[in-house]
Amino acid sequence: MSGLSINNISMRFDLPNGGSVQALKDVSLDLKEGELMSVLGPSGCGKTTLLNILAGFLAPTEGAIELNGHKVTGPDAERGMVFQQGALFEWMSVRDNVSFGPRMAGKREAEWGSNVDHLLDVVGLQDFKEKAVYELSGGMQQRVALARCLANDPDVILMDEPLGALDALTREKMQGLVLKLWKETGKTIILITHSVEEALLLGERLLVMAPRPGRIHTEYRLPFAEMGVGADLREVKKHPDFNIKREEILGMIWDMEEEIMGRTEAAS
Amino acid sequence: MIVFAIYVAIFVASFFIVKFVARKTITDYTSLKTVTFGDESAVTPSRIASVISILTIFLLWGAFTGSKIVPGFLHAPGPFLGDAQFTYTAEADGQQADDATVTVRVFEVGTDVEVPEIEPGDGWAKNDSDTVGAWRSGLIRVDRNDEFGRDAGHKIVAINGQPIEPGASVQTEFGRVGMSPKGTLNFEPNKGWQMEPIWLPPPEAVVDRLGEIASEGYRDSTLWEHLGYSLFRVVVGFLIGAAVGIPLGYAMGLSNWFRGWFDPIVEFMRPVPPLALIPLVIIWAGIGETGKIILLFLAALWIMAIAARSGVSGVKISKVHAAYSLGASKWQIMRHVIIPNSLPDIFTGARVAMGVCWGTVVAAELVAAEKGAGMMIMVASKFQLTDIVIMGIILIGVIGFGIDMLMRAAERALVPWKGKG
Ligand SMILES: Nc1ncnc2c1ncn2[C@@H]1O[C@H](COP(=O)(O)OP(=O)(O)OP(=O)(O)O)[C@@H](O)[C@H]1O
Ligand SMILES: [Mg+2]
Repeated sequence: MSGLSINNISMRFDLPNGGSVQALKDVSLDLKEGELMSVLGPSGCGKTTLLNILAGFLAPTEGAIELNGHKVTGPDAERGMVFQQGALFEWMSVRDNVSFGPRMAGKREAEWGSNVDHLLDVVGLQDFKEKAVYELSGGMQQRVALARCLANDPDVILMDEPLGALDALTREKMQGLVLKLWKETGKTIILITHSVEEALLLGERLLVMAPRPGRIHTEYRLPFAEMGVGADLREVKKHPDFNIKREEILGMIWDMEEEIMGRTEAAS
Repeated sequence: MIVFAIYVAIFVASFFIVKFVARKTITDYTSLKTVTFGDESAVTPSRIASVISILTIFLLWGAFTGSKIVPGFLHAPGPFLGDAQFTYTAEADGQQADDATVTVRVFEVGTDVEVPEIEPGDGWAKNDSDTVGAWRSGLIRVDRNDEFGRDAGHKIVAINGQPIEPGASVQTEFGRVGMSPKGTLNFEPNKGWQMEPIWLPPPEAVVDRLGEIASEGYRDSTLWEHLGYSLFRVVVGFLIGAAVGIPLGYAMGLSNWFRGWFDPIVEFMRPVPPLALIPLVIIWAGIGETGKIILLFLAALWIMAIAARSGVSGVKISKVHAAYSLGASKWQIMRHVIIPNSLPDIFTGARVAMGVCWGTVVAAELVAAEKGAGMMIMVASKFQLTDIVIMGIILIGVIGFGIDMLMRAAERALVPWKGKG
């Protein structure tokens, strides 16, 4: 069976003071190969925890993850990660960062050289490939991170707020780039974001999570990602359905935040 | 006190002069900032101030040692040199009081001197002559050539007409004339404001001594051998310390067991100053090379272990996670992520360790050594060879500074990503 299946995942963190936090409860989900899913939810609802479990950095207290028919037990090159910031290796040049995966797999430059150079072209960093990564702007660094992940040819790409630290304009360009790469490579992508617009644009499927305990609240199937491929994203945002969905989801998250606030106020 | 006052005066005066002169000439980006007070990046060391600062030190040093490198009119008043004169009035049993003149030749210590020739003069008290070194004092037995000596009740009652008694003194134009409790005169020529060379030699004396020791050596070893030995000990001690300390620090950063096992040892040894280990190391290993290298090894070991440990714990977890997701093995993560990530910390540690080792080696050589920079100044100080002591201190400072500069250059060249993660 190909694709990613998440079966009844629960995650409980035991705190040093004896208490515990139920970060995730009974999360189940199936992703087909090549699907693009965005995840949205108020702060602390377990998005990062879910992604860390998918990446294999954390073992869930209950449930299991299967990718293409085998169980996920730890980090692996089949599941690539793109972090918000600061996960590049600043002691390597841009090209060495991008070729890190193939090099660690023991491949020779003849095997990966043309693919890496192609990816550098795609993310527009061909002229910067010998530069040190700390000489690049934040947006360029995130493009390096994307290229590095793609150069390793993973089956699934996991992104935790990859564009969160970028300015609005750069962010919009990067959203276009993510859509383009998704379409060109046909990868399965899960992307966490805090921006409702971004979630709408970068999700064929959009998952809204609710906190305490972290769980799936609602799932949407959306046409905007398909519309946005190769098109002007600003035009997509003008679509009437886009606004309706945005308002609906904003309201939903707003209510959840209200509820949390009310609960903490009542507790204190 | 007066030196400090002059120093402050030069500091303040040059500040205002430079400010006035340079006001219009400096226009860079910083000068366009309106908020500079409290903006650390707007504070750059004024090069002019640094130059004036160094010149001032040499100026004061030269002025208060009567150096040739400072023009004569800037010299602080020197000690009196030449022939000093004063008269004394003596009484003896059954004799009238009589006057006689004392001529004292004040000479520079270390030069040849002859007792000045004088006329004995008339009366029963005869004129005297003697010599005293500058900055010194000397007893002058003026009664010895007088016709009536102490057995005849010889007693001095006045100097230059001013009355004097045992334990008291009279200030004359050339210096202070005192009287001991037994009635002997004691002449102390004016010292002026300058420092005696055995306290502080003038700069050129230090330079001359440097030339002399550089060509002839000191205590059976050339200058380069002395300095080379000290440097050799530092480098060997540091390298062994780093070779053991860095892997130890990595192990402590990566394994619970190592961390638990060595934490108490490292945390205990870290605050023990290496100097406090000198006696123990001498007892165990003697004063030879082994003892010194063990000492420096211990001085470098803990610093390097702690630097490597914090280099490992300082690695951002997202970098390690990223490497794992890209398929790297544990060993590859060590080699390509953890080690490069820890290099800036290790370089910082190495700079500290080299500084500590350099200080420790000099101190250890002060205590016991046959060769070395510290031994050189220690032996010289026993013979009051202040110029060698000062030369040694300057060379030790210059070398320490040079080591730090080299380490910084190496750091810039080898870890350009420092502080940019
Ligand atoms: N290592 C941990 N130990 C204890 N509690 C944890 C740990 N990691 C996460 N948590 C808790 O689990 C819950 C979910 O955290 P998580 O980081 O997954 O939230 P998130 O949805 O990613 O939030 P944000 O949007 O702010 O990034 C939070 O209540 C958090 O306090
Ligand atoms: Mg998060």
